[in-house]
Amino acid sequence: MPENAPVWAIVVLPVALAVAAVVTAGFDAVLSGAAGRGHAGGIRRAGRRAATPVREALRLLVQQPRRTTAADRLLGRLGVVLVPVAAVLAGAVLPWGFRAVSDPSVGVVWFNAMEALAWAAVWLAGWGPNSALSLISGYRFLAQGLAYELPHMFALTTAALGAESLRVGDVVAAQEGVWFVVWMPVAFAAYLLSALAMAFWGPFAHPLARDAAGGAAAELAGVDRLVFLGGRWLLLVVTAGFSVPLFLGGGHGPLLPGWAWTLLKTAAVLALLVILRRALPVLRMERYMEAAWMVLVPLTLLQALFVAVVVLNR
Amino acid sequence: MFDDVIFWSLAMLAVAAGVMVFRFDSMARATYALLLSLLCVGGEVLLLGLDYLGVVIVLMMTIEMAIMAVFMVMYMMNPAGLMPMTMIHNKRGAAVICAVVFAALAAGILLTPWPARRGRASADPTMDLGMSLMGPQMLTMMTLGLALFATIVVTVVLATRRGRYDRFGDDLKARTADDPVRGGVGR
Repeated sequence: MPENAPVWAIVVLPVALAVAAVVTAGFDAVLSGAAGRGHAGGIRRAGRRAATPVREALRLLVQQPRRTTAADRLLGRLGVVLVPVAAVLAGAVLPWGFRAVSDPSVGVVWFNAMEALAWAAVWLAGWGPNSALSLISGYRFLAQGLAYELPHMFALTTAALGAESLRVGDVVAAQEGVWFVVWMPVAFAAYLLSALAMAFWGPFAHPLARDAAGGAAAELAGVDRLVFLGGRWLLLVVTAGFSVPLFLGGGHGPLLPGWAWTLLKTAAVLALLVILRRALPVLRMERYMEAAWMVLVPLTLLQALFVAVVVLNR
Repeated sequence: MFDDVIFWSLAMLAVAAGVMVFRFDSMARATYALLLSLLCVGGEVLLLGLDYLGVVIVLMMTIEMAIMAVFMVMYMMNPAGLMPMTMIHNKRGAAVICAVVFAALAAGILLTPWPARRGRASADPTMDLGMSLMGPQMLTMMTLGLALFATIVVTVVLATRRGRYDRFGDDLKARTADDPVRGGVGR
């Protein structure tokens, strides 16, 4: 059943991801507007608020880029560009219905490797401008990475274990009957947490937090800032979207075709994350570190053990 | 043909980036040049058809180098490339050793009577490679893995300055640990 999408999908993928990112950012802006300035009142007002990210993007396009003294421009630029590139490369194994741009036999590992590029990206973006606050935030993200990566890898491993394959297509096919979220709820929750942490967004936005004057993005202006922050939304969309083939049955569902189910489920996961963000404070990474290693690692390991026993007895 | 082009481009890039590790005087740049070199090696492994190993090299090396950059910046004399320094010590001796090792390896490659391929490549080369590397010695490998992991844990335990007596008092009876930074689970 799983097959590769036609060649033009390579061009469509970044565009589709960007559209999804803009819509998600717009939804978040509507909720932010409602929280900050009261209920929108009319559909027009809400629409204007939803267009905030687009307006902001246009503003950044014409804004003057900021130069700092003795900056490492090469590494800084590399870090900024790497964020959206990593997101799109990880998105290449994201199945749309039952077809992905590429469905390699080690798709799950590929996804993990590409999103790990974010480690390098945020640190480089923080290092580049030769500014203390952005450098601190680069280090913050590495610490955060150490906290989220282990439970994240165990969650990915659990899903692959349930399907007995590292191919994303096989993982989706294995969920034709029962979705993995039903018998791997712990892995699903750990995955969602690490997806937020990986996109350094919401409760895990400490690397870009206000207490460090905007953190790794403190010295970024103009197009640099647009690419970095836009890349972060892309990363959020891709990591949240990957939970659909991993745990939520991919394109499987009654009545509607596969692509529609993928779209619906991805939208639901993103909406959940955007809404939950308003209920959660920003977490310092040393707090998440202890919670991740003392609670999440044992829990995800137990979850993997449970799945392994089920698979062995199948 | 296409494979040859990819092989040689990756190989040249890997070597060039490897050279740049010693040319850059910024530790951050040196570390990420090393990462670039290792990513190219990962690409070469992918080219061999060892998909899993290639992607795992990319994954591990990215995380490893991101962490290593922290230590490079911390320990080296010239973290940001603001003061001139060189990565090369004992220049003449190093050059001789490198030349000899390179010559020996190149001679080995050229002089070895490589066998021609018999049969066809297997469907899952990663599995076969794993089996031929450690199939009959699985028990040894697993013991080795545990021993390595235990070594890591022991090293960390020995290196940490604060032990349980610092955290829970001399009689280990304190209800909450006395930590400079409070953790996330309220201990």
